[in-house]
Amino acid sequence: MVLDALSEMGCVLSYAGFDLSDPEKEKVGVLAIQLKERSIVHSEIIITLLSNAVAQFKKYKCPRMKSHLMVQMGEEYYYAKDYTKALKLLDYVMCDYRSEGWWTLLTSILTTALRCSYLMAQLKDYIAYSLELLGRASTLKDDQKSRIEKNLINVLMNESPEPEPDCDVAAVKSAQKLWADRVSLAGSNVFSIGVQDFVPFDTAGLECPLVCDLLLSVLFLVQCKAKFHAPSFHVDVPVQFDVYLKADCPHPIRFSKLCVSFNNQVTHLFTYFDHITSVDLVLGNETGRCVVLNWQGGGGDAASSQEALQASRSFKRRPRLPDNEVHWDSVVIQASTMIISRVPNISVLLRHEPPALTNEMYCLVVTVQSHEKATIRDVKLTAGLKPGQDANLTQKTHVTLHGAELCDESYPALLTDIPVGDLRPGEQLEKMLYVRCGTVGSRMFLVYVSYLINTTVEEKEIVCKCHKDETVTIETVFPFDVAVKFVSTKFEHLERAYVDIPFLLMTDLLSASPWALTVVSSELQLAPSMTAVDQLESQLDRVVLQTGESASECFCLRCPSAGTVEGGVATGHYTVSWKRASAADDIPAISTVITLPHVLVENIPLHVNADLPSFGRVRESLPVRYHLQNKTNLVQDVEISVEPSEAFMFSGLKQIRLRILPGTEQEMLYNFYPLMAGYQQLPSLHVNLLRFPNFTHQLLRRFIPTSIFVKPQGRLADDASIAAA
Amino acid sequence: NYPLYIRSVPTENELKFHYMVHTSLDVVDEKISAMGKALVDQRELYLGLLYPTEDYKVYGYVTNSKVKFVMVVDSSNTALRDNEIRSMFRKLHASYTDVMCNPFYNPGDRIQSRWALLGTLLPVGCLPGELHPGAGAFDSTVTSMMIQVC
Repeated sequence: MVLDALSEMGCVLSYAGFDLSDPEKEKVGVLAIQLKERSIVHSEIIITLLSNAVAQFKKYKCPRMKSHLMVQMGEEYYYAKDYTKALKLLDYVMCDYRSEGWWTLLTSILTTALRCSYLMAQLKDYIAYSLELLGRASTLKDDQKSRIEKNLINVLMNESPEPEPDCDVAAVKSAQKLWADRVSLAGSNVFSIGVQDFVPFDTAGLECPLVCDLLLSVLFLVQCKAKFHAPSFHVDVPVQFDVYLKADCPHPIRFSKLCVSFNNQVTHLFTYFDHITSVDLVLGNETGRCVVLNWQGGGGDAASSQEALQASRSFKRRPRLPDNEVHWDSVVIQASTMIISRVPNISVLLRHEPPALTNEMYCLVVTVQSHEKATIRDVKLTAGLKPGQDANLTQKTHVTLHGAELCDESYPALLTDIPVGDLRPGEQLEKMLYVRCGTVGSRMFLVYVSYLINTTVEEKEIVCKCHKDETVTIETVFPFDVAVKFVSTKFEHLERAYVDIPFLLMTDLLSASPWALTVVSSELQLAPSMTAVDQLESQLDRVVLQTGESASECFCLRCPSAGTVEGGVATGHYTVSWKRASAADDIPAISTVITLPHVLVENIPLHVNADLPSFGRVRESLPVRYHLQNKTNLVQDVEISVEPSEAFMFSGLKQIRLRILPGTEQEMLYNFYPLMAGYQQLPSLHVNLLRFPNFTHQLLRRFIPTSIFVKPQGRLADDASIAAA
Repeated sequence: NYPLYIRSVPTENELKFHYMVHTSLDVVDEKISAMGKALVDQRELYLGLLYPTEDYKVYGYVTNSKVKFVMVVDSSNTALRDNEIRSMFRKLHASYTDVMCNPFYNPGDRIQSRWALLGTLLPVGCLPGELHPGAGAFDSTVTSMMIQVC
């Protein structure tokens, strides 16, 4: 600055036409200008220049340069006696130096700030700066620190402090008057100063808010660390914590009160975090002026976290201290502790037989036994599907306490807070729970028991709420598989059925459940397009199936008309009522309904069926009656012929042509005479329909038997017949 | 970014040097971020002349562990060349490494020796702190460098 001014002066001199070659005259000239200079107030210009520079450096992101210039600006304001502005700037800049840890620079700024606050008689700032200058960051010598401390105590005793050294004499006089006013005005002034982690260790130049009164970071005079004895406590155990205070100033300092506040005052019975919200230390007393130092959280300040880190890294061997002394650096702040609920002393047992079968009423037995020494009250049970699982599972799971009714969709997946009553010590109770799972898969079930108990902690009785839970995973599987097929009356595979021709429906139930199943009954509900040939009776009444066993049923059905729908005719439904073999009688059976497949039905013009006995005997006449029905609306010309067979002699019309009227029946009677014993081929009937050339022999073979079993002739007393056979 | 060791000669106007060192950190930061991933093969980064003010020149040097050395030199001392500054920094770095290797030294502590030697014309940027054995060597290295330049 001086150099610039001098060079400027040189220019002025040269402009003024001075002869610079003469050193004597130059000296005189310089002195003259210097004298003139004294009368000009440079501060304004300097400050303007400085603020321009600040803006420039801010633009180019040089935060430290900016801070340095702001310090210079603050000092300039001080020289210009504009203490308010000076203080504002210096305060703003202090944060940066605090966070960076440059204590020498911070001390010099603080000294200037202290002078400003003294000259303005600003009580709060004066106290705050004094406290900081007394603390561990300040690089002042001990004698200076004692001086500041004495002044501070004077202020707190409601007296004026001594003036700061190196202050302007006139300013000091006016300051003393201000202080005298303050003294007379004083009532009980309480100043609260927050000592806490104020600025994060961020070198990006965080903007500190200018409003600083309650959040002044008053460092290093007194350090505070609060610590809970353990990170967690049970509800029935008294919570203990310690508050450690360390003073860094040269003289002993007396505090009048210590308060610790928490985030909640009432002991609750649930799990929560207990925080120390703040620690307050009162300096001075309420009748005079007092300063309340306030630490948020468990203590610590802007430098303590770094110090703690260094302490933890240190390998210094800790000196052995007497038992009640603690090494300051080894105290770690533990500002919060977790309160957990009392350890429950009951047992919860679950009894069940997994896996569950889909749709069955699965029984879960919950046994609760109390091992507490006192009676437990208000025992409540919550049971059901553990929340948080797949939404599909939740929809398809139903829980109920009443096993006698089948639960449907309206039942919930989780039953909450079922009151169970009280339990005396050692008493046990059982509760049966029924679960119905609609889909296969694995489900997690939760049983949660909560109760209240009175306990005594340090001669005070409190009510604790305890709880215990058990989780169990239950698999659900399919109980059985049903296979349905259509066969002809000869138990041959049927691709299509024919109108009015009976065919068979066969159902096969294969048990896939690991548990034995009892099939209570089965029922066939036919669609209107299908009729039964005879009585539909369940053939599976009260059948017990073990794993892997299968049960079959057979029904004879007939379809009266082909129907117009493509894809066949609806057959109906097959309902099976079943339950676990080991289930109690009062548990209802579950009905599983299976939709039967459609069957393709075709019209056939001519239906032929045969009446013949089930077996023949050699040399005994075997009468056979063939019925031919005309299923069409037209008269059919039919050619019938019988092909002889070696095993038989037959009598009847070997070849005939006839006409059958629509809807009528023609009977053909033959007499077959078996010649050989054994499974013999019958003489085959050939029917030829003139209008339906594809009514072939193949088709006919479905309806009429092609072979018959012929028994040998019985032994007779007559030898002759034996000889003849 | 707090100072580990700072010494200046002459001891008056120390505050000015402290400020200079502090503000030069801005330039150091900028240089580090600008370097970025480019020069990884060079293990130490000699930053060169950070910025010249009217009376002084400021030189910077950064180690791999982001410990910064800053040297403020009188401008009138024109005999000092870049190579010499570079070698001085290397000596400083070696000395600092020795201090680090000392098992009694806690990383992050300030370096201070029992003997505060009066130096010569050259101020060097670090700050005194706790006492511990290894700093004596560091201090004497610094002093010898100061004497050498004088």
